[in-house]
Amino acid sequence: MSYVTKSPWIIHYDGSSCNGCDIEVLACLTPMYDVERFGIINTGNPKHADIFLVTGSVNEQNITVVKLIYEQMPEPKVVVAIGICATSGGIFKECYNIMGGIDTVIPVDVYVPGCAARPEAIIDGVVKGLGVLAEKRAAMDQKPAVAAEVKEKEEA
Amino acid sequence: MSTIIFLILFPFAVALALLVLKTDAARDMIVKVASIVIAAASVYLAVQYFGSGGEYFDFESETITYLMIGIETLLGVMIFYLGIKYKKYVASILAAIQTPVMLFFELGIGHSIHAANNLYVDRLSIVMVLIIGIIGTLICWYSIGYMKDFHHHHHEEPDRRPRFFFLLFLFLSAMFGIVVSNNLLWLYFFWEITTVCSFFLIGFTKTPEAIKNSFRALVFNMLGALGFTLAIVILGKYYGIMELNQLLAMGAMGVSVVLPVALLAFAGITKAAQMPFNSWLLGAMVAPTPTSALLHSSTMVKAGVFLIVKLSPVLGWNLAGVMVMLVGGITFLMASFAAISQSNAKRVLAYSTVANLGLIVACGGIGTYAAVWAAIMLIIFHAVTKSLLFLCVGTAEHNIGSRDIEDMDGLFGRMPKLATFMIVGIAGMFLAPFGMLISKWAAMKAFIDSGNVLLVMMIIFGSAATLFYWTKWLGKMVAIMAKQENIQQNVHKEEWLVLTSLTVLTVVICLVFPVMSSFLVVPYLETIYSSVATLALSSGNMYIMSAMLALVVLLPLLFYGKTSKRIVPIYLAGANLGDDLTFRGSMDKEVSVSLKNWYMDDYFAEKRMNLIGVIATVVVLVTVFSILLGGVL
Amino acid sequence: MNLTTSIIGIAAYLILAPIAGGLLAGIDRKISARMQGRFGPPILQPFYDFFKLLEKEPITVNRVQDFYVMCFFIFIVITGCLFFAGGDLLLIIFSLTLASIFLVIAAFSSNSPYAQIGAERELLQMMAYEPMVLITAVGFYILNGSFNISDIVSSQVMGIQYLPGIFIGFVYILTIKLRKSPFDLSMSHHGHQELVKGLTTEFSGKTMAVIEIAHWYENIFLLGFVYLFFANSLAWSPVLAVVVCLATYFLEILIDNSYARMKWQFAINASWIVAITFGFVNLLVLYFIS
Repeated sequence: MSYVTKSPWIIHYDGSSCNGCDIEVLACLTPMYDVERFGIINTGNPKHADIFLVTGSVNEQNITVVKLIYEQMPEPKVVVAIGICATSGGIFKECYNIMGGIDTVIPVDVYVPGCAARPEAIIDGVVKGLGVLAEKRAAMDQKPAVAAEVKEKEEA
Repeated sequence: MSTIIFLILFPFAVALALLVLKTDAARDMIVKVASIVIAAASVYLAVQYFGSGGEYFDFESETITYLMIGIETLLGVMIFYLGIKYKKYVASILAAIQTPVMLFFELGIGHSIHAANNLYVDRLSIVMVLIIGIIGTLICWYSIGYMKDFHHHHHEEPDRRPRFFFLLFLFLSAMFGIVVSNNLLWLYFFWEITTVCSFFLIGFTKTPEAIKNSFRALVFNMLGALGFTLAIVILGKYYGIMELNQLLAMGAMGVSVVLPVALLAFAGITKAAQMPFNSWLLGAMVAPTPTSALLHSSTMVKAGVFLIVKLSPVLGWNLAGVMVMLVGGITFLMASFAAISQSNAKRVLAYSTVANLGLIVACGGIGTYAAVWAAIMLIIFHAVTKSLLFLCVGTAEHNIGSRDIEDMDGLFGRMPKLATFMIVGIAGMFLAPFGMLISKWAAMKAFIDSGNVLLVMMIIFGSAATLFYWTKWLGKMVAIMAKQENIQQNVHKEEWLVLTSLTVLTVVICLVFPVMSSFLVVPYLETIYSSVATLALSSGNMYIMSAMLALVVLLPLLFYGKTSKRIVPIYLAGANLGDDLTFRGSMDKEVSVSLKNWYMDDYFAEKRMNLIGVIATVVVLVTVFSILLGGVL
Repeated sequence: MNLTTSIIGIAAYLILAPIAGGLLAGIDRKISARMQGRFGPPILQPFYDFFKLLEKEPITVNRVQDFYVMCFFIFIVITGCLFFAGGDLLLIIFSLTLASIFLVIAAFSSNSPYAQIGAERELLQMMAYEPMVLITAVGFYILNGSFNISDIVSSQVMGIQYLPGIFIGFVYILTIKLRKSPFDLSMSHHGHQELVKGLTTEFSGKTMAVIEIAHWYENIFLLGFVYLFFANSLAWSPVLAVVVCLATYFLEILIDNSYARMKWQFAINASWIVAITFGFVNLLVLYFIS
């Protein structure tokens, strides 16, 4: 069993959002929802994080930032797009500076729609993300084995 | 005895030769040969007297006495003249008071006192001779390359190298004289010569700042010499003695020798740059770096603490002892604080030197068996480690063009070898399991046992500050920065040789210190103290320390810099521009990452720390001397 | 203490300290959560975090920082071993300093702004607490005539009777050492995001796991200090001492949850003032009566 699912640490990044979803993300940490029950911690540091929560859409300014944060997270990692802006660009989609949803820049694993997304939905999204996280963790173990098999075949 | 005389006269002869010879090749040759000869002779002296533990020599000569009087008078006249010439009248006045008094005394009362044993060797002298003979000559060797660069950097000025090397070797000669003279008049003579050497070396570059600082050093040291003169006069007039061992014997028999001892200790305090006189040593940092290493860290200032350690059996819980303890303690605390606010590497080293000398002085002042053990150990470790650090800073300065710690950012990438040496030096200054910390540990225990709570608090808070300023310097150097060019191939061969030897020495003396302790220091202490107390460090702890040292040396050799991990950029809030050195700032501008150390000026501003220290020590000195003089008058 | 008990002490420390330290951290998080009106994570959560960190992809920012972190871990463990083997208190303090310096150097070596600010703050914290730690050792030495832990725990007197001031001072700086608010300046375990994760910003995966376990070792060792104040030759004293250790830890959790973080100026002012008033005065009284 992987421990990744028992201790998902989060980094939260706010793209061009109206801050509605951000407030809801923070609401998850309050006594009302208390996500620390599941071992979730908001680290604010990509190098410690397993799950990347992005609210708001991507624009010209923050495109490199989103990419970099994603790159700096060690594997296995999962991206959860929170709110309709993050999933597709939402009402800002047609703006001159908006690239669209997060998936235009980095691969997204879970989409949590809503304007703003409710805390329950966010938690649900993160829990879905845990499943993806476990799969990716398992894939990490297999990779060396797969690589070895390929090598053996080549040698043969 | 012939070895001693050789050690005093040979460097002097070399000095004269270097003054005359002007070619590079001849100078290099002579300095190298002379360094080897002097180092060998010091080792020979150590071997010669190691078994017997030393002896006193019945060596008298009217001619030498008159020669010394003649030279002293000449020096006095010269200082008087220079004081007038540069409008530094205080120096002239001091010379005008001191020289006639000394002359009058030596030709009058002094002449009638018969000093039987003018020279001596004991194990403490052996320790000092080894420090001077080995560290001193290593520094001379280093100077060959350094002074070439120095001359190169200051090309518009005349080549003053002959004078530089003349003073360096003259100084070695005088230092040997100090540590083997039993006759106080002889000691005073050599003492004066070191003062004059340091005066000329500080003023070496002849810039207005250098001249100002050199006169400050001169005036402070002459104040100390005035104390020395008074001590000699009092001892001659009221006690009828002229020899150091007789003074100690009298003290041991219970004769009150507090006033002359306090005066001699005062001389030691000025020479060791204790507060309120520490500013001369800070000013002395304008001199070329080998000078700082030789005079102002490993040897000359050690003459001051050497005298105090010599006097330690008659210090302790009397007025003179309390004065020395407090001055040392306050200096340690305040100088350690002041070092935090400095970013100039040489000034950090200077403050650290003042602080460590303060610790040695305080140990000497306590005067117990364990305290003196700690003091001698501190002298040894400090001499090696600090000269290494000074020379490293000298080399860094010539290669990166700055002696500022902020400019040593990522030195590890630019000059890996030099940075490694420097790291060893810095670690040697304050970290377990290196020598300075072992001695500090012993000193702390001695302080506690002496029952002086105030002093215990001073060492505790001073150590905390020490930790802060060394580590932040260390941090600057270990920073790994991308895209750095290795620039260390321009360093002279001589410099590498010396730096390597000193680094090895720093580690080796930590390994062999139990041996040094039991064969050199403890036997010396046994001749002075009848009751032999147990030492601070049990053998078990020494083993643990040695094991830790082995670990600290082995771990980097085995594991340093080895990783199979993927190397990623540092976190810059996602605004990296890809090279770890720049990020995208507001308005889309490129901004370079610039990290600075903390200097905490609101807390440890240099001026304020000095002011507090000077006031406190002046109060101590004035109080003690008013009580003592009040008792006499 | 003879060789056998020393070896038992070391072995027990090596095996039990991480377990006890991890549990303590778990209980800490649970109690903190309850104090904030939350349900809180499982008690075993710190272990889950630890094992998860081990599973992460190995990345680093340079070739050397892992080495320094490893040295930090090794010397923390050595420090604790020396302590539980009944060694010399001053040696233990110096060894602890060496370990902490390695952590600071590791952060400095990354040349990252957040890590460096954390490192400078960590140094400042060290400067703040170091005097009080040394005063504690001095106090025990004056009381027992020995720096050896084995002599201190087998002495006739109970430390707290003569060292109440030093005890208060030590508990005060323990807040810094345990990285609790108001003094969690250098690592900010409560997401104070102005310095991200401070000292530990650039450490990830296994390196971070090593730091976590080193802290568990360190915390148990620090509670050992508290233990010393109450342990003596009486049979029931160890029980009392352990109870006091737990009570002290609870107090630290309470402080952690009751105070907002202070500025660094407050950390150094307060620690030094406490060291001088409680520590120094206690030492003076001790000299006076002995």
